[in-house]
Amino acid sequence: MRSKRARLETLGKRAKAGCVWVKLRDEEKRMLDGERGYGTQRAMELLVALGTTFEADEMLPVTRTHVALSGQEGDTYWCELLVDGGAFCKVPPTTNPAWAVEELGGVSDVTDAERELAWRTFDVYRRIGAKLTYCCTPELAGNVPAYGEHVAFSESSATPYVNAVLGARSNRESSVSALACAVTGVTPRYGLHFAENRKGTMLVDVEADLNEAYDWGMMGWYVGRFVGSHTPVFRLRDFSRRPTPEELLYLGAELNTSGAVPMYHILGTTPEAPDMRAAFGGVAPAAELVVKNEHLAEQQELLSEKGGRINSVMLGCPHYTYDQLIDLAGRVEGKKVHPDVSFWVLTSWDAIELARRSGHIGAIEAFGARLVPDTCIDEPCWKTFEGGTGVTDSPKNMYYRKRRGQTFAIRRLSECIDAAVRGEVS
Amino acid sequence: MAPERTLRCRRVNKGRGEGEVLLSKDAICFYLCDPETGVVIEEGHALHGKSVAGKILVVKSGKGSSVVMMDGLYQLKMRGNLPAAIVVDEVEPVLVSSCVVAEVPVVDRLEENPYTVLKDGDRVVVDADAETVLIEAR
Repeated sequence: MRSKRARLETLGKRAKAGCVWVKLRDEEKRMLDGERGYGTQRAMELLVALGTTFEADEMLPVTRTHVALSGQEGDTYWCELLVDGGAFCKVPPTTNPAWAVEELGGVSDVTDAERELAWRTFDVYRRIGAKLTYCCTPELAGNVPAYGEHVAFSESSATPYVNAVLGARSNRESSVSALACAVTGVTPRYGLHFAENRKGTMLVDVEADLNEAYDWGMMGWYVGRFVGSHTPVFRLRDFSRRPTPEELLYLGAELNTSGAVPMYHILGTTPEAPDMRAAFGGVAPAAELVVKNEHLAEQQELLSEKGGRINSVMLGCPHYTYDQLIDLAGRVEGKKVHPDVSFWVLTSWDAIELARRSGHIGAIEAFGARLVPDTCIDEPCWKTFEGGTGVTDSPKNMYYRKRRGQTFAIRRLSECIDAAVRGEVS
Repeated sequence: MAPERTLRCRRVNKGRGEGEVLLSKDAICFYLCDPETGVVIEEGHALHGKSVAGKILVVKSGKGSSVVMMDGLYQLKMRGNLPAAIVVDEVEPVLVSSCVVAEVPVVDRLEENPYTVLKDGDRVVVDADAETVLIEAR
């Protein structure tokens, strides 16, 4: 992160012990000193500690925030600590999903303690003034930053999207740091808030065929393994249309799960990369990578369970959009989910409502798929399926479910539907 | 017998902690500690089978997603098994955020290489507020 020389220089420069390294304005000092209450003080302490870590020069006002609420105990504890200490969000964040207790509480093997923790989570985030969207794709609807806007977005699929696709500026925040930004209205100025840190450093030549969101996701996972601390710049061969929001979303989600990649560029497509010069800031790429069809096929093979009987299909990591629901509805007409399979589609409540109004729900329900709002795949409500194999179109889904004991075959949407009908995946 | 020494460092998260040094050149994820005992359960980790509870933990860095790191540290806190303080070589944001939330003192940039100057079992006082690490005579 920092060279040894820089480290020695900083030691030499040390003024006096205990000084705050980040320059704070008067109001920020008052927050840190506890004059704005204990909760706000703790939030500012966290930001000062982060600012120190990254040698931020000052605090920067943010105009939007998104908190990757998880419903895990440590995360809920932090929100509780702040709100019980009198904190209230200056910049109300949108929030990630935990799980829809009312919809799923009856059909899922959850314990009372798990249900209780979910209610406690909703309660503390409501009290702190969050906008309870329970959706992991706020940057597509509901909390969409503009070009150049300084924001604090946690959620691994959202951070690259706001940076790369929208041209807004956010560091790779965690749920706890994003909540601290929401409470104080500021974030330490370092990293991606500076134009020079947003430039590409690795050229990725894409020779693979990118036909649908699935291919973009698989490419994201593959490249994320090799990217290290580089910022990748994708150069697409034979790709003449504009990528869809879902394709860009899948790319970022997987890049930032197999690697730690809050920023990327696509030459001629994303706003900070009209050409090589702009994308790399006039400097030659420090690294290069080529992506071919065979790489993506191998990647799928490597991540995926072998074929066999399945107990479930899970789509919607990140949350399925309205357009994906329409796509699904068009593909399942006249088909029926196998009786041994549960078919879940995780999406946002507004996408469900729009699909209903626009007349697309009928086909999905007749097929036997269930649309679930406000819910993440990494929650206790899916325990029922642990120990068996599922099918998903998302490597990120597989990665988080594996931790909880459920294995997955990873397949494109058409094959997920086919597997659901047959009760097994080939 | 080595005399008492005081080294300068940088405060990352406030507080003061004292205890015995537990040294590792690996990065740590607290999700892979047993909350009931503080014992590191990550296979292949240099500290596998050792407890971080009450220790002055000297680690290379932190690792893992913010959610799991935070939850791991929180579960240790609830059972009184937090490390007394952390001396970190390459500081990173997930470790910092989690330690602020769980109130674990953290320092970095020790003026000498922590892996040469500190030994397992040394009695040490980490004072993040004063930006000092005191190594007791041994």
